[in-house]
Amino acid sequence: MSDNANTSNESGGYGRVSTGGLDTTHGVVLYLEDISVSFDGFKALNKLSLSIDIGELRCVIGPNGAGKTTMMDVITGKTRPDEGTVFFGQTIDLTKMSEAEISTVGVGRKFQKPTIFEHHSVFENLELAMKADKKVRSTLFSKLSSAQMDSIAETLKTIRLGDNADRVAGLLSHGQKQWLEIGMLLMQEPRLLLLDEPVAGMSDEETERTGELFLSLAGKHSLVVVEHDMAFVEKIGRKITVLHEGSVLAEGSMGEVQNDPKVIEVYLGR
Amino acid sequence: MTDVNSMTGGMGRRLYGPRGWTVLGLCCIAVFVVMPILNLAVPAESPFHVSAYWVTLFGKVMCYAIVAVAMDLVWGYAGILSLGHGLFFALGGYSFGMYLMRQIGSDGQYRQPMPDFMVFLDWKEFPWQWWNSDSFLWCAMLVVVVPGLLAYVFGYFAFRSRVKGVYLSIITQALTFAAMLLFFRNATGFGGNNGFTDFRRILDIPIATPQTRMTLFAITGATLIGTLLLARWLTTSRFGRVLAAIRDAEQRVMFCGYDTVHYKLFVWTLSAVICGIAGALYVPQVGIINPGEMSPANSIEIAIWVAVGGRGTLIGPILGAGLVNGAKSFFTQAFPEYWLYALGLIFILVTLFLPQGVMGLMKKKT
Repeated sequence: MSDNANTSNESGGYGRVSTGGLDTTHGVVLYLEDISVSFDGFKALNKLSLSIDIGELRCVIGPNGAGKTTMMDVITGKTRPDEGTVFFGQTIDLTKMSEAEISTVGVGRKFQKPTIFEHHSVFENLELAMKADKKVRSTLFSKLSSAQMDSIAETLKTIRLGDNADRVAGLLSHGQKQWLEIGMLLMQEPRLLLLDEPVAGMSDEETERTGELFLSLAGKHSLVVVEHDMAFVEKIGRKITVLHEGSVLAEGSMGEVQNDPKVIEVYLGR
Repeated sequence: MTDVNSMTGGMGRRLYGPRGWTVLGLCCIAVFVVMPILNLAVPAESPFHVSAYWVTLFGKVMCYAIVAVAMDLVWGYAGILSLGHGLFFALGGYSFGMYLMRQIGSDGQYRQPMPDFMVFLDWKEFPWQWWNSDSFLWCAMLVVVVPGLLAYVFGYFAFRSRVKGVYLSIITQALTFAAMLLFFRNATGFGGNNGFTDFRRILDIPIATPQTRMTLFAITGATLIGTLLLARWLTTSRFGRVLAAIRDAEQRVMFCGYDTVHYKLFVWTLSAVICGIAGALYVPQVGIINPGEMSPANSIEIAIWVAVGGRGTLIGPILGAGLVNGAKSFFTQAFPEYWLYALGLIFILVTLFLPQGVMGLMKKKT
């Protein structure tokens, strides 16, 4: 079954992603430099610097309040940093763009709590997320082309909701909602996916399949996964970044990070 | 395997099913054939005769129904609760009222070429707002442009600053209240608290004849049906699905790459324009427009029509406007002092027991 998901992805539309505008000549898709954000004096991010290579699957871990979600907010334009720069590729400065513009240049985000359109059908959820002209005038007259239909059908297969296409999304199980949201991200054909606790509330089997899906996406896409589930991180994480008090505490493979004395102190020391 | 074609049945642009079109056709016959015959051709002695009172009342309620559909577009679909839609309605009414005032010519109380209230205030010439107001086309244009422009400018700043929910509702309420105070002043140039009345002609045709009345009635009916179809066309498009998505999870819509400000601004401005047109149709039928139309209570009542009928259903708000105004006509004749209590009670009962309004009740039955 999981093979199925993988192959359908490889033959899927994601290879068509246009590279227009995104300059990744140095192999870096996302580069954060000296980002600081404070809320009422509390420093949520403190001179955070991080770079993600093209095609990389990066896991970000850290205790509560380490700044993981704030980091995603900054990248996607929800929060403006007090200081620092966020570059998408070599040329696109994300700190000067709106949420919608950031999404359009190729950054997709999954929220911590599954956020889907509960009153729309599964099919409509994917249709709305689909990479297309999203101006008012074009949505008034748009019709689905057969290529777009195919790409929705393919994503439905990938996220295993083919039999639920006409179901109202609000009626899906928690795990299915998580998958639908991931499917919506795939429809956007993003270059970079930010996934905030994607397996929270999933069954073991669903978690396993999600891990396989992410591994199959890496390479064609770059992924940043924030997760608390250490078993999951160990399974998919090639390179792990540990955040603590708004900056990077350690970076490396699971083994390196686990043996890092600073990490041990933060996680076990108190 | 997923059969793609089977799940796209709902995706095509089919406005209504055969039953819906049949009902709509019957409504057309009632408005364009039955009512004119019963009012104009059936003699007044006959029990089948429909009097001018009823024609005007139905015409008035249809104007309200147009407003209710416009309100449903912004509230039921985009989730923007406006408590100031009466302002756009009144602005349309005033814009067209200026033309009707000019059509009185020298037949007013003072036998002067200027409207009576200007003569009374001893004004020697028309203020700038009245420029070109003797032109039907100019005033018809103002009916669309004035509410539309105000809504666009207001919406631009409100939506760009991400004002939403109850804050937006309060600001719209304040807006219509401020406008009412402005229009109460004589110096504003629109007849102060008396507003406009005593109309004589429209396009040089006497306004109080049965034929003119019936023509206005039929035009209102056509506008209502046109508004309903336009709204249905909008809400069954991908645009409509984006609107409903904004209502349910605006942030997700933004992260999908949609600039939600443009979507809200478009539907908000369109809704205001539709209200303006309804106001322009209302004034010649009812024969008066005054700042009372801008009172906060009027705008709240519009929201109640939509809530009673059922949000996000388009047909529901039309029924809601009819039911609430029917009840209002009955109560204000039978127990005039209790109408506001009854209205409040209706609103509370609907909110508690019929969150989807009358339409929700019908859905449960079938």
